Amino acid sequence: MSAPAPAGLAAIEGWYTLEEKPHLLGTRCSACGTCYFPKQTMFCRNPQCEGTQFEEVRLSRTGRIWSYTDACYEPPAPYVAAKPFIPFVIAAVELAAEKMIVLGQVARGVELAQLRVGMAVELVLEPLYTDERGEHLVWKWRPLKDAA
Amino acid sequence: MSREVAILGVGMHPWGKWGRNFVEYGVHAARAALRDAGVTWQEVQYVSGAATMRCGYPGYVAGATFAQALGWQGAQINTSYAACASGSQALAAARERILSGACEVALVVGADTTPKGFLAPQPGYRPEDPDWVRFHLGITNPTYFALYARRRMDLYGATLEDFTAVKIKNAAQGVHNPNARYRRAFTREEVNKSAMVADPLRLLHVCATSDGGAALIISSLEFARRRGAAGAPRIAGISTVTPRFASAEVEMPDIATDSAVAAAGHSFRASIAARAYEEAGLGPEDLSLAEVYDLASSMELDWYEYIGLCKTGDAEALLRSGATTVGGRIPVNASGGLACFGEAVPAQALAQVCELAWQLRGQAGARQVAGAKVGITANQGLFGHGSSVIVKR
Repeated sequence: MSAPAPAGLAAIEGWYTLEEKPHLLGTRCSACGTCYFPKQTMFCRNPQCEGTQFEEVRLSRTGRIWSYTDACYEPPAPYVAAKPFIPFVIAAVELAAEKMIVLGQVARGVELAQLRVGMAVELVLEPLYTDERGEHLVWKWRPLKDAA
Repeated sequence: MSREVAILGVGMHPWGKWGRNFVEYGVHAARAALRDAGVTWQEVQYVSGAATMRCGYPGYVAGATFAQALGWQGAQINTSYAACASGSQALAAARERILSGACEVALVVGADTTPKGFLAPQPGYRPEDPDWVRFHLGITNPTYFALYARRRMDLYGATLEDFTAVKIKNAAQGVHNPNARYRRAFTREEVNKSAMVADPLRLLHVCATSDGGAALIISSLEFARRRGAAGAPRIAGISTVTPRFASAEVEMPDIATDSAVAAAGHSFRASIAARAYEEAGLGPEDLSLAEVYDLASSMELDWYEYIGLCKTGDAEALLRSGATTVGGRIPVNASGGLACFGEAVPAQALAQVCELAWQLRGQAGARQVAGAKVGITANQGLFGHGSSVIVKR
């Protein structure tokens, strides 16, 4: 187990571990081995499989950028925007082991111009928004140090 | 037995931000289509409506709403909802009625009134809804468009100028379309200097949401012959396919793709037109023109590849060759496309078919593709709705 992350609440509960080196939490079908994120717990979506048993799995916490962009306009609710709105970078990242592409924001301080398709990134936790209960953390992608 | 039906008439209410009741646009379009067809409302035996989710209960039951507005006359009805593919689904339902012999002539109609700004999901804490999740993370529709655009730049050498060239090409067509919302040409500078929305896409690369309505009168070939319309354009294929597992493409509104470990990854978008071609017994080489879903200018390039106009990675070369401009080998979005219309969700797939009908009848005026004989439409609705229609004469 890695060290706990700085105190914070999950913006979406049960979707990722609250650790310094976090993982997205998915499920794996016990019958055919297909991974799911978000979690699938009732029935397998592989048309060749009738599996109904799933185990929770930690997805790979590194992957390669499939593509990237940014959000220059304030998204509507349920996005909780800071005032004034701060634009942010977004990446779609391919997890090699799971052969799955997962979208997410890119860690603060990373410029769009630093990114390239194929670049290696890792999962981190950062605040998505802050309210009276505290900081609500979400997964974000950050280039690995040796990725350039 | 022929699987074809005739398009006897088409009609639209101009796209815009009119702010009126969607029923008004639908009735306007329906009456225009009836006049165009030379068919009276009393003769229509089946009404197939494309639903809208933004206009309350009347929108959920669009088929009945339009039938009542035109005056109840006992026709059987259907309402289809398939997000941006709703129009094709409504058209497919009407075609099956005709082909089964259950009716001879049908009205297919869709219309929408849209709010300003981003389309947003229902409120609350609803992580079971992928549409809620992605908005909560700040991932809007332009994010998805831009991910594909940026990937084209990094992998295939697409440039900002290519995306802008698509916009300029389509805007030049929209100037000549009385039903388009934006009817003016744009310069390269105007497009490139418009506000950045989602890098690399500027505001003028991304389509707006619009009000509008579109309608078709379709019939059996026998009914068309009796009306002296044996030469009317015919629907030769409709695809309403769903994806195949594992769906390997980043798809709005999902936050992740299927995992392609236990089953191979498939391209949904490439499968959409393939089914329509198969049904029509035609291929990309037979096309005179195509109407594709340029939700962003960059996506028109993706569609060149999905509908088989060129190989993956060759769309930029096809665009730069001028082949997809009116006057070229295979004009795309001769109507002006979404760049000039903005999207009126339940009407848009029908508007694409309206354009093909006008083009194949040689009635597209200054937009006309010379000698148009076969056209295809292609689009995609959220949550796995393929939509492609082939029209021929």
